[in-house]
Amino acid sequence: MSHDMSDDKLPAHGAAHGHGETAVADNPFADPGLPAHLPRRTDIDERAANRAERQVSLLFVLSMLATVGFIASYVSIDPDKIVYIFPLGHVSALNFALGMTLGVALFCIGAGAVHWARTLMSDVEHPAERHPIEADDEVRADVIEQFKTGAAESGFGRRKMIRNTLIGSMALVPLSGVVLLRDLGPLPEKKLINTGWEEATPATPIRLVNMNTNEPLKAEDIVVGSLTFAKPGPSALRPAGLQESDEDFQQAIAKDALMLIRIQPEDIKDDKSRNLGFEGVLAYSKICTHVGCPISLYEQQTHHALCPCHQSTFDLSDGARVIFGPAGHPLPQLKITTDASGYLIATEDFAEPVGPSFWERRA
Amino acid sequence: MSSATGNKQAAAPASTRAKPANKAEAAADYLDGRLGIYSLAKANLRKIFPDHWSFMLGEICLYTFIIIILTGVYLTLFFKPSMGEVVYNGSYAPLDGIRMSEAYASTLNISFEVRGGLLIRQIHHWAAIVFVAAMFVHMMRVFFTGAFRKPREINWIFGFLLLFLGFFDGFLGYSLPDDLLSGTGIRFMEGAILAVPLVGTYLSFFLFGGEFPGTDIVPRFFTIHVLLIPGVMLGLLVAHLILVFYHKHTQWAGPGKTEKNVVGMPLMPVYMAKAGGFFFLVFGIVAAMSAVASVNPVWAYGPYRPDQVSTDAQPDWYMGFAEGLIRVMPGWEIRAWGHTLNLGVFIPLMLFPLVLVAIAVYPFIESWITGDKREHHILDRPRNAPVRTALGAAWISLYLVLLSGGGNDLIATHFHLSLNDITYFVRVGSFVVPVVVFFVTKRWCLGLQRRDKEKVLHGRETGVIKRLPHGEFIEVHAQLPQDKLHTLTAHEQYEPVELPAATDENGVARKVGLVTKTRAKLSESMFGEHSQIPKPTAEEHQEITSGHGHH
Amino acid sequence: MKKLSARRRHPLAALVVLIFALVAAGGLYYAFAPAQAAQADSSSQSLEIEQGKRLFAVGCSSCHGLNGQGSSMGPSLVGVGSAAVDFQVGTGRMPAQQPGAQVPRKKNIYSQDEIDQLAAFVASLGPGPATPTKEQYTATETDAVAKGGELFRTNCSQCHNFAGAGGALTQGKYAPSLENVDPKYIYEAMQTGPQNMPSFPESTMPEKQKQEIVAFVRYQANEAPNPGGLSLGSLGPVTEGLFGWIFGLGILIAIAIWVAAHTTKAKKS
Repeated sequence: MSHDMSDDKLPAHGAAHGHGETAVADNPFADPGLPAHLPRRTDIDERAANRAERQVSLLFVLSMLATVGFIASYVSIDPDKIVYIFPLGHVSALNFALGMTLGVALFCIGAGAVHWARTLMSDVEHPAERHPIEADDEVRADVIEQFKTGAAESGFGRRKMIRNTLIGSMALVPLSGVVLLRDLGPLPEKKLINTGWEEATPATPIRLVNMNTNEPLKAEDIVVGSLTFAKPGPSALRPAGLQESDEDFQQAIAKDALMLIRIQPEDIKDDKSRNLGFEGVLAYSKICTHVGCPISLYEQQTHHALCPCHQSTFDLSDGARVIFGPAGHPLPQLKITTDASGYLIATEDFAEPVGPSFWERRA
Repeated sequence: MSSATGNKQAAAPASTRAKPANKAEAAADYLDGRLGIYSLAKANLRKIFPDHWSFMLGEICLYTFIIIILTGVYLTLFFKPSMGEVVYNGSYAPLDGIRMSEAYASTLNISFEVRGGLLIRQIHHWAAIVFVAAMFVHMMRVFFTGAFRKPREINWIFGFLLLFLGFFDGFLGYSLPDDLLSGTGIRFMEGAILAVPLVGTYLSFFLFGGEFPGTDIVPRFFTIHVLLIPGVMLGLLVAHLILVFYHKHTQWAGPGKTEKNVVGMPLMPVYMAKAGGFFFLVFGIVAAMSAVASVNPVWAYGPYRPDQVSTDAQPDWYMGFAEGLIRVMPGWEIRAWGHTLNLGVFIPLMLFPLVLVAIAVYPFIESWITGDKREHHILDRPRNAPVRTALGAAWISLYLVLLSGGGNDLIATHFHLSLNDITYFVRVGSFVVPVVVFFVTKRWCLGLQRRDKEKVLHGRETGVIKRLPHGEFIEVHAQLPQDKLHTLTAHEQYEPVELPAATDENGVARKVGLVTKTRAKLSESMFGEHSQIPKPTAEEHQEITSGHGHH
Repeated sequence: MKKLSARRRHPLAALVVLIFALVAAGGLYYAFAPAQAAQADSSSQSLEIEQGKRLFAVGCSSCHGLNGQGSSMGPSLVGVGSAAVDFQVGTGRMPAQQPGAQVPRKKNIYSQDEIDQLAAFVASLGPGPATPTKEQYTATETDAVAKGGELFRTNCSQCHNFAGAGGALTQGKYAPSLENVDPKYIYEAMQTGPQNMPSFPESTMPEKQKQEIVAFVRYQANEAPNPGGLSLGSLGPVTEGLFGWIFGLGILIAIAIWVAAHTTKAKKS
């Protein structure tokens, strides 16, 4: 570093101060040394000491009683019992009783021990010497010498072939560990890009099923100002549609969930969005494009949808454009229409991946 | 052992040790012969510890850590770290017949069926919240008093790693019950990992064993939460404590206290009783907390489903500043060449460790600036290191501003503010507030230094008003006693390092490197005339006190 | 009373008195003429609409227009139905006091009879959701709370929080707390979608499911015990963190001060 800068600017330890009583006379700031020990009441008054002893013992006895109370509570109180305790409200009687008795039992042991130390054990302060951590030069030279001898005897520096092959083998061997991690999971492939709506084609459409009722939705069910959540209905892969009892329900719903709203077509600012919808019914992905929270705080007057996790705000009347917050792109919109019976259907998958952005995502 | 056998084996030399006086001594002798406990105890049994409340903050950390391990082991006896689906039929009626993972169901079982299970769960969680808070305060105590200086820099790093690992283990533990809140946290984590360029999707699929949420994440987090991280933390903790013993504790300046000694009371008996007793006090308080206040009521959140969410979705407090970073970051996203770089998530993800590392590297920067290679065992009063104190305060203020960003929705509803306005404030505030806090704190420290100087030179105000013969009123100042004078002037003051002369002794222009110049600049700003008040000298004191009658 | 006497000289005071008199007279007539119930019913209904119209003219028309057609100050009420009126006026939100991000819940100034009259008038403007009866919003099945919980987490908790404690929306708006809200109003809010809340109409959320949600909210926001102790506002980790710092660490530091402090010395000799 900066060897050309001298360190003689450093203040010396205690330079301004003499140490001990000799310096006191001429230096008002000198260290007067440790003050004399002053006795406590318990040191000089036997009655006070005895009182302290009784206090400590009382605390220990209280602790014993509390432990008995703990066991009694455990045995006698029903875990379902709810009691009203001011100001806590209606709480579990067992939890309160166990917690308080355990708390008292432990606290009293601690309080007793500390009170004992503070009143009855000696409070004379002692100085203990510190020794520098650094070894002196002789030891240092000795160790370095030993190391050099050891290194020379190993021939590590001289026999280059051994050295290089050792380094090579040590560098390679951790690779086994890395390779072993490969089976932690499958490769991403297209899994983040496709959703449960990918089976939908004009020939084999998928109905939009109401999350609440598990029934397919008609366009007229979705009224202006309402909010409905939907999932995929029957398809070739899932003849019964996506059901909660499906083994992969969690993975599927994490991508397939829809948020359905209806806006008067003339209020929809984005033409593309209007065309993806059906007579003002719009189907947006419920999964936030920021980090994937289910975004569904829909303000029906402003048509804004807010994410409860990080407050990204999307304007659903304008193609779910991001108007505030950390999300980087609009919510994907599913193209919907109706079939002959008037049920809402999807005839193709989302045009872009749903959920948070990732490196392989094409804009 | 006895001499009877000694006769037969005359070759064995007799032990020179005195006969043990009683069974206890005999047992100690036995152990000493195998473990060498006498040598160990000789150095430590009467080891001196100084008394100050702020030296016990580390003990709060240690004890809450022990409580967490004890209660955590109990919880593992009942918790099922599995994401296998079950239909709940337990005693909590509002979730009757609901599908959930075994992890969540077993957490409900611990809370409602296992007697005392709820208490242990709450002790575990409250202790974790207090543990991290205590580590934070402990670290700031060490920071503001300069206790990180040589020879304790490595122990500072150990402590910092403990804090960092504590953050993560807390987050993992919060994720295990698989309730709606924690699942939302894991979802966030998935989104954050996906934002990593190039490898994000692969990392995510390897971590989750496939697509989010899959069925692997809870068992994997469980192993990391109960085995891997606590194991590493235990190792660091032991190393941290060994170093505390080895270095001996720091102490405040005062009469009789020097860099070469440590003044206090012995481990046996005073600190055994005080520190041992403090463990029970901490445990007792945490148990009482768990009796009176609910923490993480998972039954109210419901089981996790990726299409459900509750507002007020926040992590535990220590991750709150990271949550703030994420919430206030603008939604920047670069889309080009068929790839997407989600800067809105990736930048906060990178800033999160940087904010923490900023405080961790400070000791090394300071020691480079001062060039001080001596050991320091006497603590600085925060006011006597104004720049360091101001930097620490600025860092804390940044942390708090970001924390308020992480809770912006609750601030909005409870103080009737607009969510958006709070976010804008945090965006600007994270740059402005630390700067303001820095200057205010530095000024404040200098003011306190001036007051100390005043007290040393002119004595303390007695509150007694005297009228002089010519009618003037004065307040009588009393000289401070010598121990106070010593304490107030015991601190060292560095002088700024100076650049070497522009030309060397031969008149040749000297090349001064950028590093050297930077160091000199920083040194000037830390120890220059605007950054400290020169402490009173004996001569100044002499001059003023010799003119008696003058106040 | 003071308020009442202050309004005695109000230009419309006579009208109000007249309305009360008419209501009383109508009521008396209704009570004493059971034989002609059917006829009286329809005439009392039109009377109710008439009375509602007058109340509307006084309290609502300045924003919503004399015939509820709406103005720049307030939306049209044609087709909102009696449920919307019952909710808005019954929870004190209407008449609104001052413009702001959101009209808050406040003390209701109308009697239930007056609200019914207003509701009848607004319902007469166009068909819309009707005020629910008690049977409509009261669940009867025992598993209603559990089912309602799942529906609540899908449809409601994103704004109103897992325990119905409420939450923030954009630009100072908020989803209110559901604590101590009358079940009828919870039902009506779902029916009508007041202010920025979306509606959950019969077509997508049938009556039975609304009942279940109401049952869950009643349980979660009002009756549910907090087995673990203080609920800390049911606001999640933020308040837990505050409690942990202030009470947990705060008390422990206070104890540390006691443990480390030097014991008081006996009087200096």
